[in-house]
Amino acid sequence: MTNAQTVAAAPLPPSATRRNESSASWRLTDRIGLAFAWFLGLLFCMITAAIVLYLLVQGITYLRPSLLVTNPSSGFSESQTGGFLDPLIDTVVIAAMSMAIAVPIGIAIAVWLSEFGRPAVLARVVESTIEMLAGTPSILLALFGTLLFEAPWLGFLSRTSGSVVFGRSFFAAAAMLSLLALPLVVTSVREGLQAIPSHVREASYAVGKTKTATTRRVLLPAARPSVLTGSMLGLGRVIGDTAIVVLLLGNTVTNDPSGSVPILSTLRGTGSTLTSYVFFNAPTGDGDQPGKAYAAAFVLLLMVLALNLGVDLVGRRGRSFRWSS
Amino acid sequence: MEFVTPPPVRRLSGTDADLPRPAWRGPTGRPNGNGHSNGNGHSNGAPVFAGRHPRVAPASVAIDRMQVEGLSVDYGRKRAVAEVSFPIRQGEVLALIGPSGCGKTTLLRSLNRLTELTKGASTQGRITLDGVDTATIEPTALRRRVTMVFQQPNPFPMSVFDNVAYVLREQASRRPRKPALRDAVEEALARAGLLEEVRADLDHPALRLSGGQQQRLCIARALAANPEVLLLDEPCSALDPRSTQVIEDLIVKLREDVAVVIVTHNLQQAFRVADYVAFMYLGELVEYASATQVFSAPREERTKDYVSGAFG
Repeated sequence: MTNAQTVAAAPLPPSATRRNESSASWRLTDRIGLAFAWFLGLLFCMITAAIVLYLLVQGITYLRPSLLVTNPSSGFSESQTGGFLDPLIDTVVIAAMSMAIAVPIGIAIAVWLSEFGRPAVLARVVESTIEMLAGTPSILLALFGTLLFEAPWLGFLSRTSGSVVFGRSFFAAAAMLSLLALPLVVTSVREGLQAIPSHVREASYAVGKTKTATTRRVLLPAARPSVLTGSMLGLGRVIGDTAIVVLLLGNTVTNDPSGSVPILSTLRGTGSTLTSYVFFNAPTGDGDQPGKAYAAAFVLLLMVLALNLGVDLVGRRGRSFRWSS
Repeated sequence: MEFVTPPPVRRLSGTDADLPRPAWRGPTGRPNGNGHSNGNGHSNGAPVFAGRHPRVAPASVAIDRMQVEGLSVDYGRKRAVAEVSFPIRQGEVLALIGPSGCGKTTLLRSLNRLTELTKGASTQGRITLDGVDTATIEPTALRRRVTMVFQQPNPFPMSVFDNVAYVLREQASRRPRKPALRDAVEEALARAGLLEEVRADLDHPALRLSGGQQQRLCIARALAANPEVLLLDEPCSALDPRSTQVIEDLIVKLREDVAVVIVTHNLQQAFRVADYVAFMYLGELVEYASATQVFSAPREERTKDYVSGAFG
């Protein structure tokens, strides 16, 4: 480490300083490779730009402020079908509920894996479970959710009629959506914890601190950028998921509460998010109101872009002051 | 391929009188009733390496703090430290020297039982702190009495104040709040010679300090627990020469209050700060003697070769 720094500080030999050599002197295959890399890089930038621009144009064409404050209603023309107030609110509610489940559990799992992780067999099992969860298509989680939440003993979480449990509610959808966010939170927090050099942990032990005190006061604060990054990535996944919402949130375009307790009744009832609203109103959907779908998709896109920007900012700030290993 | 002439081997020879040693200024300042003195031995602008006589503490000042008796540490089948015995005294700086991988750091880490945290490490032998076997002391209690500073500056991701206060607070607690702690934190910072520089920035993140300041903050942190023994694991190897000198001055000053053990890869550093030197080679303690003797008239052939730069 020290040696490497010394070497880096010394003036470099002439051969190493010649950075801007021309690719004209390269072999033909290397030049083709370079051109191909450029081509692909630009292609992907263009595809992304096309999506954003297309939705931007469509969104601006169809988005009206009134859409954000009126509820969907049934009808056959754009003027009759209303806006997407409920889907917008429900998106926020369901995202908050999912993250309230995923973040604490994700942090706990990451801390256990990174700092404790014994017995090693259990740690390996947990690790591969998380990996499997990350690779599970959300429709499978949705399907499993419908089975799970129709269980009689979980009836208090959704609408019931006699002994039949409906199994679709905010609780059900948030629980399964949190499983989508969980692997992202765990992976990110764990990487953040493992990036902390071991001598920082030992410095805390070396002044008589226990492992739990070290984790709480030193490691988790140090891993805070990773916690934020993981949460935002997870949030993006939750906001963007459709399958779970369609299957488990009941896919009623407006909120349909169940019961009489004010907030609880809404959460036990069904509703829709922006994604399921887009799904419903897409040209191939039941609603078939493409203009509304574009407007909602545009709002959704803005939310996801804002999240990505946030991840970027947090990541950049987190990198500024670190220890050397 | 150009042939480069190797640099000349620096040989330390001659008598004690030839050795440039910082003057022993004796205990300065008056005791503050806490076992510490508010020494200001190096703040008067006098050159650090003024004296020619060996800077060895008078025997009356030295107090036995720790005894290492037949200590062996194994990592799996590999023996890192083999049957090592020596005392650690307050009033003296003990330098552990030796080539890479000779077990210096392992030995240091076993003094506050940090080796226990390494997988597969096992320890035999006995280490006592003030006559009590360290194996019988609760590890967190032991590590508050034998604190450690690491090679890389590693302040915690909190404010300068909280870095020191963290040590004084109960485990993960955030209480007591600032006013109650202020004096203790400032005393620790002052002992590490950092207070004047950071007085205005106590609430700033510690990771924004310079490397040398960060390392002195780590020393302040280690001193805040009021330890009997301070362990330093190559504390200057990541620092520039100026910061190194500041920290070396500090080490010399600190030995009055705490027993200081420093692992160093740098012979000149051992030469500048140590009163006693333990030379280790392949896990064995080859020689334990006063710095004067190790650097001028080592008994062992291996020590002589090492300090003269023949290997390592």
